[in-house]
Amino acid sequence: MAGRRIMDADEIRRAVTRMFHEILERNHGADELLLAGIRTRGVPLAQRLARHIQDSENAAVPVGRLDINLYRDDLSERPRLRIRPTTMPADVTGRTVVLVDDVLYTGRTVRAAMDAISDLGRPLRIQVAALVDRGHRELPIRADFVGKNIPTRQMELVRVRFCETDGVDDVSILERGAP
Amino acid sequence: MVVAATGDTRILQSDPPPVQGRRRHVLDLDDFTAEELTATLDNADAMRGVLERDVKKVPALRGRVVITLFYEASTRTRISFEEAGKILSADVINMTASASSVEKGESLLNTGLTLQAMGVDVIVIRHPHAGAPHFLARNLANVAVINAGDGAHAHPTQGLLDLYTARAHLGGIAGRKVVIVGDVLHSRVARSAVWGFAGLGASVVLCGPPTLMPDPLVPQGWGTGTGGNGAPNPLADVTVQPDLDAAIEGADLVMALRLQTERQQRGFFPSVREYIRRWQVNDDRMARANTNALLMHPGPMNEGIEVSSRLAHGERSLIEEQVTNGVAIRMALLYQLAGATVVED
Amino acid sequence: MAAKAHIGQTLISGGRVIDPANGLDAVTDVLIADGVIKAVNPSIPAESLDGEVQVIRADGMVVCPGFIDIHTHLREPGFEYKETIATGAAAAVRGGFTTICAMPNTEPSIDNGAMVDYVLSRGATTPARVKVIGCVSKDRAGHELADMEELIDAGVVAFSDDGDPVYDAGLMRLALTYSRGLGAPITNHCQEHALCCGGVMAEGWVSSRLGLAGIPAVAEEAMVARDIGLAELTGGRLHLAHLSSAGSVAMVRQAKARGLLVTAEVCPHHLLLTDQWALGLQCSPSVSAGPAAYDTHTKVYPPLRGDLDVAACIAGLADGTIDCVATDHAPHDRVSKECTYQDAAFGISVLETALGTVLATVHDGSISLSDMVERMTTGPARVLGDGFAKYAGLTPGTPADIVVFDPNALWTVDVNDFASMGRNTPLNGVELRGRVAATLVGGRVVFEEPGMLNTGGEL
Repeated sequence: MAGRRIMDADEIRRAVTRMFHEILERNHGADELLLAGIRTRGVPLAQRLARHIQDSENAAVPVGRLDINLYRDDLSERPRLRIRPTTMPADVTGRTVVLVDDVLYTGRTVRAAMDAISDLGRPLRIQVAALVDRGHRELPIRADFVGKNIPTRQMELVRVRFCETDGVDDVSILERGAP
Repeated sequence: MVVAATGDTRILQSDPPPVQGRRRHVLDLDDFTAEELTATLDNADAMRGVLERDVKKVPALRGRVVITLFYEASTRTRISFEEAGKILSADVINMTASASSVEKGESLLNTGLTLQAMGVDVIVIRHPHAGAPHFLARNLANVAVINAGDGAHAHPTQGLLDLYTARAHLGGIAGRKVVIVGDVLHSRVARSAVWGFAGLGASVVLCGPPTLMPDPLVPQGWGTGTGGNGAPNPLADVTVQPDLDAAIEGADLVMALRLQTERQQRGFFPSVREYIRRWQVNDDRMARANTNALLMHPGPMNEGIEVSSRLAHGERSLIEEQVTNGVAIRMALLYQLAGATVVED
Repeated sequence: MAAKAHIGQTLISGGRVIDPANGLDAVTDVLIADGVIKAVNPSIPAESLDGEVQVIRADGMVVCPGFIDIHTHLREPGFEYKETIATGAAAAVRGGFTTICAMPNTEPSIDNGAMVDYVLSRGATTPARVKVIGCVSKDRAGHELADMEELIDAGVVAFSDDGDPVYDAGLMRLALTYSRGLGAPITNHCQEHALCCGGVMAEGWVSSRLGLAGIPAVAEEAMVARDIGLAELTGGRLHLAHLSSAGSVAMVRQAKARGLLVTAEVCPHHLLLTDQWALGLQCSPSVSAGPAAYDTHTKVYPPLRGDLDVAACIAGLADGTIDCVATDHAPHDRVSKECTYQDAAFGISVLETALGTVLATVHDGSISLSDMVERMTTGPARVLGDGFAKYAGLTPGTPADIVVFDPNALWTVDVNDFASMGRNTPLNGVELRGRVAATLVGGRVVFEEPGMLNTGGEL
């Protein structure tokens, strides 16, 4: 598919590397950290961050998978027919939970994810990590860790692909309505 | 193909294929494709996750109104729907024949129209007459109808929970042998189970007194070009074997149906004693099935008649788990009808 | 209804005149004067006639004796919210029927002379000829014979407890014996109770599929067999109402071969529709039964059955085993059908779709057009007896009861256009081929379908 490529595999790798450093720096290490990947592409991103942390700190950070369809606030339009299990390898209570997603846009997904996490327990704090922040927030939510800020028009779409899910690493901007 | 509908909602190559078109009603399982059956069971898996949490509540159906409209007594099905709706944050209103204008002779149609006018999103109906849910579905433009049991016709949510329970324990349904034993003729549970299990590729054997075996559910010659537009017979692997000892040979799953003992008064079988002798599922008979064969029963059970007490409470019995899974399945269906939509591609 | 003022002479010209009573099937003209047939002649120029002549141009149309229906439920008295004698008669002439026979399952039932007088007097003010069938048993209760002589004196043309069979074989025997000299047949609705208790549709894969209690064909056949035996025993005149199964047709064929006084009828819907229509898909088989299933308009007794039964009924009608088509017109109010299948009343509103339905068997080559006309005119007249011959032919001097129809006109059934109060038909929205253009009773045009004929040619 056509589209403007914004990041290639190397740029993604460098962005992820910077993000994991920032996460460790902000939280003074990996203790009591839990990465919660928002299904679907937040999951491979969270796994990459965890791998980096493992390599660098020799610390195993639990990675959870969060399906937030049951928490969306715009029922009639957005949720998918298929919902997947939410799995948390560790209790979120008392931990710093980093919500990980590929793109931060309106903030509604993050809002739903915070609700979902709250129903699982009471974290010490919640932070947000996104590979791409494309702006146009509709809620008072900001990312704590961003791979790349990409100014977009609302008409555009941001497509993130990861090897784990799509066989290739890249980020592109597409015109809405493209096939 | 990967298309982002918005920045953070998308269909992925790695996702299962989306189910095309939005289902409006659940009337029976005969119009579920294998894909939709599987998707529903998968969703029920996710719902079970919610049931196992401390906080058994998600906001998915906030603001939706679900009515359970029951013209027949029922405990487990009605409560199961009520719990499912409430966990999903829907407002659930229970309406039973004894507590409503049904007793004053208000017609089913008028009741349905009244509920629709009140803004109800989903009607869960149980009715002693086959086709009552279809009648409502046909006449109510803005309400989703879920069949919670209609006469001797269908009980699709029971069928789905049976499928779900079986899949969880057998690992898969395709290629398995399922024996349904008892009063199949009058059983809506059996009819829906037949569509569900056959739909996922199991072979189904119907067993019971010959007087309680139904006619085939599809015409003779279906799939041979002489019937059914030449479409393949979806029930090609459904057979009748009145001898339980023969039927149970090599079975992976045995489903015993509830016996309405009043059928005996109408002469469908000579005596309960003879029924027990020929069609009770017990240890000896289960020994002919596969080693790890499982036992299910839709309840409520006449213990010691359809199933021996020992077996009912033994380790092969999934009877209690069926109840828990009923909530998860009904959550999945309510979500699919009233909550989810297909992401536009 | 477009009833025209009565004028002395009417000429129906240029049509294909089919008159089985006189062995005629040819393009010819029909002249009517003073309410009776005056002449049937290949060419009657209007100019040659004295006085005022109304001319009906019938080119491309079939002109034949008006249809006779020996099985009509008019619901009055007692169920005027379903149909009245007036609306039923209006529906009849719209369907090409000039004579209809009211079944006695009214409330009260027609089991005495006063009730017969009532229906006849109401019928006399309608456009159709309304005849009356009287009960076999008092109050249709199936226990003791009605006063049959009194009923005959009052004018009934047959006896029937229709709606219910005469369950008691002993009573049926008495009825056949007692009525032997009365000149009217005993019409039985054959349905063995013990074999269909609670049944709402034909037993088979569709009933199994829908979880509805089935009625096996043998429920009808068992009583047909019984009644044929009783007809043989008593020498009485037996008429079998609405046969629907292959087995019944075979038994009647055999009985006739043995020379028994047995006649039989078939309903239009049993010549076209099958039990699959209950799936709501108007017959197209499907893997799933969606919201359209359980169409209560398909609920009728005898039930719609399978293809083989339909084929046997058509064959029986074609070879004369079945003497006539009868509508079993059973109009119902909306509420009686707007409910679950189990709660719904049995019956179809048939009069206005009968011709288009029966013609399907002509169009597919199963029966000739002239034989079809025979089964709707002289056939039913023969069942009722000699007194009816005058309504069943275009014989000069007999009443001018005539239907003009276009056998090929395509039209779509719309129950909102029905004259009948009963809009209960599974054929709503279905396209039929063949439609009534005009109906004359006693020489008067009592119905004319707008736009089908040119009747303006007065001289």
